[in-house]
Amino acid sequence: MSKFSKKRGKASPEVNTASLPDIIFMLLFFFMVVTVLRDAELMVDVNTPDATELTKLEKKSLVNYIYIGRPTKKYQATYGTSPQIQLGDKFSSVRDIPLFLERHRSTVSEKQRPGINTSLRVDGEVTMGIVQDVKTQLRKSNQLKVNYSAGKRADEPKN
Amino acid sequence: MAKKSSKDRLSNEINAGSMADIAFLLLIFFLVTTTIVEDKGVLVKLPPWSEEPPDIQKLNERNVFGVLVNKDNQLLVRKQPAEIKDLRERTKEFILNPQKRQDLAEKPTKAIISLKNDRGTEYKTYLNVYNELKAAYAELWDEAAQTQFGSTYESLSREDRRTIRNKIPLVISEAEPTAFGDEE
Repeated sequence: MSKFSKKRGKASPEVNTASLPDIIFMLLFFFMVVTVLRDAELMVDVNTPDATELTKLEKKSLVNYIYIGRPTKKYQATYGTSPQIQLGDKFSSVRDIPLFLERHRSTVSEKQRPGINTSLRVDGEVTMGIVQDVKTQLRKSNQLKVNYSAGKRADEPKN
Repeated sequence: MAKKSSKDRLSNEINAGSMADIAFLLLIFFLVTTTIVEDKGVLVKLPPWSEEPPDIQKLNERNVFGVLVNKDNQLLVRKQPAEIKDLRERTKEFILNPQKRQDLAEKPTKAIISLKNDRGTEYKTYLNVYNELKAAYAELWDEAAQTQFGSTYESLSREDRRTIRNKIPLVISEAEPTAFGDEE
C-alpha cells in the first residue's frame, strides 16, 4: 500500500538460537556423567611410566588409591623433597596403610570385598625401597590385588 | 488502524542468549575441575604374606628363571648381563623350551620366574621388566589359544582362558630386595 510496508518474516533468524543452550546443556550433562570430580588433590608429583600390558580398572568404588612421589612445590617446604606416600588425600607413612585399607573396606559391601583393588600411582623415578615397603604392608593386610598405574605405550616392532 | 499487536507479541520472555552463557560457564567449570580418570595399569596379584621366606632350595635350578635388577637399572638374567629388549623372547624360550634344552624349564607348568630388585632401582625400570615378563606370558597364551581354540586369548571365555592359564601358569616370585642403593 505504502512505501513503508513491512516485509513480514524477515526478522526471524535463519538459525533458531533458542536451542543453543540445549546443546550446551547436553554437553554439560555428558561431562557431569562421564567425569569424576577429582577426589584427591595430588600433593605429590606422579609421572607414571608406560607399559603395554594394561588392564582397565572396572569399578571405581572398589578401588583405593595410593600415590607415591616427591611432594609438589608448595608442599616441599613442610615435607621435603624425598618421595612420600599419599594415601587418599593426605600424606601418610607405611604404618597408616592398614587403617586406610580398613576404612575403604568398610565402605564396600561384604560380598564385593574380594574385588577390592589397590591402584598404585608411583612416579617413574622413585626408587623401589618405598614401593617395596608399601607392597609388604599390603601383603600383611591381605590386600593382594594391586594395579600399577601406567600409561599406554605402543609395542615396539620386533627387529 | 487496528491495534497493532507487535508489542504484545508473545516472544519468549527469557532472553535465550544469556541461558547459553550460563550453560557455557557451568561447562567450563566441569571441564576444569573434573578428569576423565584414566585408570589403566598392570594388574598384579601379590603373594600372601608369610613370615618365613619361600624355600627355593627344593626347586630345580633349571626351572627357575632368575632376573635381577640392580640399583643402576641394569639387568642380570640367569647370572648373565642382559638387555630389557631381549627379556621377552628369552622368557618365552625359557618357559616353552621348544628344543628341550637341559638348562631351560622341564615343562611350562614347572617354570618359575624369580624377580629381585634393589631398593635403589628406579620404579620405571622395575615396571618395564615386569611388563616384559607379563607380555611374554600374554604372547604365549595367545599362541596357545590360537593352536587350541583358533582365536586370540582375549576373546576366549573365562573357562577357556583358565584352561590356557593352567597349561602355562604365570608364576613370578619376588624376593626381598637388596639394599645397596637405598635413599634413606
